[in-house]
Amino acid sequence: MSDGGQSQRRGDEQSPDEAVEQAPVEGGDAQARDVVDDVDELLDEIDDVLEENAEEFVRGYVQKGGQ
Amino acid sequence: MSTPKFVGVETEYGIAVDGPSPVNPVLASSMVVGAYRAVGEGDVRWDHTDESPQRDARSGVVPAPGEPMIDDELGLANTVLTNGARFYVDHAHPEYATPECTNARDLVVWDRAGELILADAAERAAASLPPGSRVLIHKNNTDGKGAAYGTHENYLVPRTVPFGRLTRQLLPFFVSRPLYTGAGRIGSELDRGVGFQLTQRADFFEVELGLETTLKRPLMNTRDEPHADPDRYRRLHVINGDANLCEVATFLKVGTMLLLLDAIEDDALPAVPVLAEPVAAFHAVSHDLTGRVELPLEAGGSATPLALQRWYLDAVRRYVKDRAQPLEAVEEEVLTRWEAVLDTAEEDPRLLAGQVDWATKLELLEGYRQRHDLDWDSDRLKMVDLQYHDVRTDKGLYHRLAARGRVERLVDDAEVAAAVHRPPEDTRAWFRGECIRRFRTQVVAAGWDALVLDAGRDSLQRVPMMEPGRGTRAQVGSLLDEVDDIAGLLQRLRG
Repeated sequence: MSDGGQSQRRGDEQSPDEAVEQAPVEGGDAQARDVVDDVDELLDEIDDVLEENAEEFVRGYVQKGGQ
Repeated sequence: MSTPKFVGVETEYGIAVDGPSPVNPVLASSMVVGAYRAVGEGDVRWDHTDESPQRDARSGVVPAPGEPMIDDELGLANTVLTNGARFYVDHAHPEYATPECTNARDLVVWDRAGELILADAAERAAASLPPGSRVLIHKNNTDGKGAAYGTHENYLVPRTVPFGRLTRQLLPFFVSRPLYTGAGRIGSELDRGVGFQLTQRADFFEVELGLETTLKRPLMNTRDEPHADPDRYRRLHVINGDANLCEVATFLKVGTMLLLLDAIEDDALPAVPVLAEPVAAFHAVSHDLTGRVELPLEAGGSATPLALQRWYLDAVRRYVKDRAQPLEAVEEEVLTRWEAVLDTAEEDPRLLAGQVDWATKLELLEGYRQRHDLDWDSDRLKMVDLQYHDVRTDKGLYHRLAARGRVERLVDDAEVAAAVHRPPEDTRAWFRGECIRRFRTQVVAAGWDALVLDAGRDSLQRVPMMEPGRGTRAQVGSLLDEVDDIAGLLQRLRG
């Protein structure tokens, strides 16, 4: 199902207003921000906060079964 | 005429200790709960007196062995908070069980308060570990490596409602609701071809009906332990849902159930579309991102999850229109949002990003995947999946999205922060939480349906609370204000 290319609803072809309508936000600043830049900034931020040694962390993430 | 409903949600959080020396997860969980508990002046133990998790809602079924109670007898932390919640260690996970709430909105508030409590507790626990240690807590339900842990909803329903009716009328609902309750995950336990699926938990369900919760998990759990007057009530223990971070998802998960249970209690639903194979259908719904997978019906033909949800929404709308009781504002909002979510899913379920967890996370994963040209089995992408659930507001990716206004909020932060310390005012949780807050040193133990109090006499006094609607602020607020200690309270309660 890794069909790619389907996550572009906040992409170039869409106006910021449409995206805001779909995902209501609080505060005027966020609404005014350009949506494409926002996605880029968000992905930049993920790179910043993502666990260092992500691969190693994921491989070591083993939980005991629960309910 | 349906009776008032009560709801609580218990969540086993994922826990990982990162640092110079490994820490066993049971010990780590106990340290997390213990570290938080230490914030208060003393410890309020959990009261196990009336617990019987092996009691089965079906008559004649022999209790299955194999669910040993892990509790404070093993030295594990197990306590009750001033907000009326239970905070303890269960199956190697820290678990937070919300106080009893009367409506979906309150449940969102006290469920979110649990996230703050876990984040705070983890930070405190890390301080007592060797330098460089971190305790990471995730509000998720699987490690992606074969282990699942639970988020259970609990609904109090009158015992007069036959269990068979509940099962028959709820199964198609449980199977189809992942469209808005699913928290999403990369991969699958059952099908290597699945890159991403709607739920964290669907793959771990094997049977339609049963008592177990840790093996052969059933869509409909038969545990019959009401934590209330057993002659009047049963507690419907729903174990098939996911842990949600999106407030809209939690609100709908619980709000739709509360309305539906009213309709089932009043026997107001028309004949439900019975699924031929509910467990297989649950897997199929989770593995399909379109909402349009055809699920075979027992009577022949098929229905999509979207059609099933539409059927339930229409049936509930007809029920509330016909019933004498007026619709509460929160119930009105549940119906409006339920319909809106189905309308959006009708267009394209992925447009639910910002409202439900699976779609919000999938949008994030797609963006990240494309930017770095990653495959679905990339460990880095799996880290994004995992970190979506991190409870820390500065690191958790859900929280980063929320801070950017990219997810819809229903409650405000101040309300949630207050709910860390204060109980809901309109259930017995108020009496429980307020007694602990005011008279902590004299509350020896607390459970869902009792308080054990020390009034300084030879024997401890046990105060039963068998009615979840009794003990509200309106009922006992002024009484508590007028007494100085437990002895005074007991005297007034007897008088």
